[in-house]
Amino acid sequence: MLKDQDRIFKNLYNDLGSDLTSAQKRGDWVNTKEITEKGRDWIINEIKDSQLRGRGGAGFPTGLKWSFAPKEVGSRPHYLVINGDESEPGTCKDRDILRFEPHKLIEGCLIASYAIQAHVCYIYIRGEYFVDGQKLQAAIDEAYEKKLIGKNAAGTGWDLDIYIHYGAGAYICGEETALLESIEGNKGQPRLKPPFPALIGLYGCPTIINNVETIAVVPTILRRSGKWFASLGREKNTGTKIFCISGNVNNPCNVEEEMNIPLKELIEVHAGGVIGGWDNLQAVIPGGSSMPLIPKEKCETLTMDFDSLVAEKSGLGTAGVVVINKDQDIIKCMARIARFYKHESCGQCTPCREGSGWMWRMLERMAKGEASKDEIEMLGDVTKQIEGHTICAFGEGSSWPVQGLLRHFKDEIKKRNNFDPIVKETQNIPYLVDQHLLDKNA
Amino acid sequence: MSLKRPAKDQPENFEFNSSSLEAVNKIISKYPKGKQQSAVMALLYIAQKQNNNWIPLVAMKYIAKLLDMPYIKVYEVATFYSMFNLSPVGKYFIQVCTTTPCMIRGAGKLVEACKEKISENESELLPDKNCSWMEVECLGACVTAPMMQINNDYYEDLDKEKTLEILDKILKDEKPKPGSYRGRINNEPENGRKTLMELKNA
Repeated sequence: MLKDQDRIFKNLYNDLGSDLTSAQKRGDWVNTKEITEKGRDWIINEIKDSQLRGRGGAGFPTGLKWSFAPKEVGSRPHYLVINGDESEPGTCKDRDILRFEPHKLIEGCLIASYAIQAHVCYIYIRGEYFVDGQKLQAAIDEAYEKKLIGKNAAGTGWDLDIYIHYGAGAYICGEETALLESIEGNKGQPRLKPPFPALIGLYGCPTIINNVETIAVVPTILRRSGKWFASLGREKNTGTKIFCISGNVNNPCNVEEEMNIPLKELIEVHAGGVIGGWDNLQAVIPGGSSMPLIPKEKCETLTMDFDSLVAEKSGLGTAGVVVINKDQDIIKCMARIARFYKHESCGQCTPCREGSGWMWRMLERMAKGEASKDEIEMLGDVTKQIEGHTICAFGEGSSWPVQGLLRHFKDEIKKRNNFDPIVKETQNIPYLVDQHLLDKNA
Repeated sequence: MSLKRPAKDQPENFEFNSSSLEAVNKIISKYPKGKQQSAVMALLYIAQKQNNNWIPLVAMKYIAKLLDMPYIKVYEVATFYSMFNLSPVGKYFIQVCTTTPCMIRGAGKLVEACKEKISENESELLPDKNCSWMEVECLGACVTAPMMQINNDYYEDLDKEKTLEILDKILKDEKPKPGSYRGRINNEPENGRKTLMELKNA
């Protein structure tokens, strides 16, 4: 288990208070000026050395992303945008940062803005987190008052304004380009990439977009060195991560742990075990609903980091671990996730708009045992037609969980769905266009 | 994509009152000059707040004029995002999360409670216009599932009985206390905390 002194979010459960004075006691805002005095290149290199990967789901190296921002500010200003549109089922980590560790986020915004030369930072928070957004706003006001942001922020000589922009209940706005569209006052439909936001982003200006957790860990990394961060976890999967363990466990919780922690330890030690004991475990969704589930056999030895989960054909995503025990109907669980994606598809690309509904309806029938055996293959085919044929990664996100179900629980579906659609006797069915084919086989 | 229809009965006029206008000006100043269109979502929220939690069509036209943008673009935004109500909802607007993490912890029971106490159908206003409920997608409090949102507040760690208690209070026009209903502190593991121990009672 990770030692307490190596935890970054010491106020994860709000034992210590989220106000500025308490945050300063925990070490926030202590030597921000000295950090920025070491220069942009030092900051970006230190983040590169720490091998920090984005915590929003895709796991893109943060230092590398920052280095894509143009070195000189041209006629267009640079922007920093923080993605707090946390809507992935199974994930609720950013909410705790917004309400309990807002000063880590604000300080991170200042350092990141300095590194990429942005004077304005927008924090995009999902509309449902209005109350938590208010807490962040209070912290921002406090920081303005103490001159930690604003003109000559924290004595660094850098000017920075931070604004909150509320979303309004669209999951797709967590996709970075849809998020930019949403800030610009349009409906949140993703843009084609390239051009990438680092060159043409918000209002057509260079924009760096990072997850809340990614930015909030930056100040601690710079204080304790990239080497310290890289010493946790394993190569290319370094540092700590907030895991959200939900579903059928005795004590669902958020906990900050080292990367590469065994899944079993996470569930047994922190979440108090599976309801009904470990043997009652059916499957685990390891990284938020869009990552394929993992059956029990593999959960025994699985370690939680980006690369080891990719090796299991799944992904760490946002580290929202959803535990499903044997009391649940696994097909129904996945059908509900398919319904989520059907509801949240933005409707821009046809394969996703139509396909997400198809997957949902087929899975609902499969859960009831009303599907035919052929439909199992057909469902797999539909997922393949969505995956890779859409503008953004939503297509993958919606088809992967279904593929995961087909990969590991095909027998379960087959067992339940015995409906045979072939009409054995010759009879005139007016709505069946291929009647002549049936007649031949009958 | 969610399907939303504007209400049949629409008011004739809409204008921001003085306190709304003050908030509006503050919001527009957040965005660069000439990019005032960015404020449209925030303005729709303000209109919704001022107009009993729903947005009439005249308000969209009014906002379009105010931000110097086409009416259809405001309409597009208002219909795209699910949190903008285009028809009246209750003074207490209850949203029950039923996505998988909540579902497997018994969100169905919460829906049952709503059906018993409020109305058989979703989005159906009570005669006194005080209350309506609907199922929604993930609200981002999966660790404290099952949960529901009433206006801006989260009610977490629920079961059927506790939901009925909350609904009873609301029907009496009292505001129940938000947060966890099993008495745990935020998102810590109940009774079994293993981390940050020396801070617990600090």
